[in-house]
Amino acid sequence: MFKWKTDEFSWVDFTIDVLRVLIVLAVVVGAWNTLSSGRITLAQWVNLFAAGLSQGSIYALIALGYTLVYGILLMINFAHGEVFMAGAFSTVFLAEALNRTGFLNDQPLLAILLMIMFAGLVSMTVAILLERVAYRPLRGSPRLVPLITAIGASFFLQYAFRGLYGSGFKAYPQVQILQGAISIGGINIPIVQIFVFCSALLLMLCLYWLVERTRIGKAMRAVSENKEVARLMGIDIDFVIMFTFGVGGFLAGSAGVINGVFRPQGVNFFMGFIPGIKAFTAAVLGGIGNIPGAMLGGLFLGVIEAIGPNLVLAGLGIPGANQLKDVIAFTMLVLVLIFRPQGILGERLSEKKA
Amino acid sequence: MALLEVNDIHTYYGNIHALKGVSFEVDAGEIIALIGSNGAGKTTTLRTISGLMAPREGSVSYDGEEISRTRADLLVSKGISMVPEGRGVFAKLTIEENLDMGAYVRRGGDLKDDLKDAYALFPRLEERRKQFAGTLSGGEQQMLAIARALMSKPRLLLLDEPSMGLAPVLVDGVFETVQRIASEGVTILLVEQNAHMALQIADRGYVLQSGEIAISDTAANLQQNETVQKTYLGID
Repeated sequence: MFKWKTDEFSWVDFTIDVLRVLIVLAVVVGAWNTLSSGRITLAQWVNLFAAGLSQGSIYALIALGYTLVYGILLMINFAHGEVFMAGAFSTVFLAEALNRTGFLNDQPLLAILLMIMFAGLVSMTVAILLERVAYRPLRGSPRLVPLITAIGASFFLQYAFRGLYGSGFKAYPQVQILQGAISIGGINIPIVQIFVFCSALLLMLCLYWLVERTRIGKAMRAVSENKEVARLMGIDIDFVIMFTFGVGGFLAGSAGVINGVFRPQGVNFFMGFIPGIKAFTAAVLGGIGNIPGAMLGGLFLGVIEAIGPNLVLAGLGIPGANQLKDVIAFTMLVLVLIFRPQGILGERLSEKKA
Repeated sequence: MALLEVNDIHTYYGNIHALKGVSFEVDAGEIIALIGSNGAGKTTTLRTISGLMAPREGSVSYDGEEISRTRADLLVSKGISMVPEGRGVFAKLTIEENLDMGAYVRRGGDLKDDLKDAYALFPRLEERRKQFAGTLSGGEQQMLAIARALMSKPRLLLLDEPSMGLAPVLVDGVFETVQRIASEGVTILLVEQNAHMALQIADRGYVLQSGEIAISDTAANLQQNETVQKTYLGID
């Protein structure tokens, strides 16, 4: 479209190039300052990295929901953060009950599995209802319409759950078995972080198997590529779309429990907002519509968020760098949109089917 | 009773009146050619029969059952299968996955023998079964599209411009394959711009003009028909 830019001077290109240089400079100078000051030891870096990976795997699970739906409908389900909240918030009551009876600490793995299933089913139900009630009637309308509806649905869900469970914070009970740390090569890694990473990885492997190996997974890919031909194969595309929302919802709900165990600070009706936007960022980062992209984008964002403030911002002398991790996340979003809009693994949008 | 009876259908694209009362019938075991120039309504006719579009008026009956308002995906299990215009293979699925999708409606059935049949019909596909369909040439994609449509074990196969965009050498192959499929008992409704080839393999033919059937006759007679010769066969 902008072929002329290559041989003619353009202020847009110039500004972007200047921006590029400045960013690289800031990162290099910040990192150099931090590393040469030796303020943070190697063990601390490893700890930051591990914490980033676990946070990132939660982002990845939520990001998959955005990317699955986008892959099939080319629509951003902005209410997906609330789907995550629905599972996480509902399951806190189950977790409390399991804790009271002592089951949570007697059979921790079974209890957590039960919680994940429950949260997954709640979120799945919410996601499917959302699709059925709010999005399906609007299919075929201009793309702005479902987008606005998604924002409305997002508010609706927040306030519906506030009405249901109240506006206070609730905390997930501590699971004894996940407390403490294990030492790997002299570096202490909290057990809970290992648990978070492994369970997220397991869920992602299940998703990969579902999409690549099963009949319905192949149908999902077929529908995402060409809905009309998919119908000519006898595929009920309404069912496949509903199924896709359901799978994304299940992953988000299970992420809610994993998140609750990871950071027991508390859940409330508004908790889905920030993780929702972060996960959206992760999905864009990896290339929206691309499943491995969402996984990679989530992990990448988690790690950048954990390491970036300490490495770059602290090195530039910015005070309270650790509290600025959200800035890092959203700066990443802006940078990706400017420099690589298709994301890490995404195809160019022009090659995508409209 | 005919296998497929199309009765006075009117189909619209928004306000555009694309089919203005098209009627014809296809008997079991026949090869029927539907010929006509660009924009005559050939593709629209197939889309209406396959359930991708619903006619505003008129009826389509298949095996004695009214189907003009039945969804496309439900018609596949009733035995109607379509090879869409431009082939429509799933580029990001492998060849074997494409064939699996063709057999989507036959859940639980054993596909091994059918895959074998498909590969026997098109050995080229077997060599590349793990490759993405997007990497195939146009001719190979057409083979895949036909093989995929057969995986649902159709009684009626709708073919939309199977020769489009293919090198002349390959065109002969496609029509031979269509004949072979018909000889195995599949009824065929073939839409083609290549009237010459279509009429050579067809039993009967219909000429579609501006959304209406202008001429209907046996294929042999159509080949001798003066209007058809002038307009569609390029013979003066």
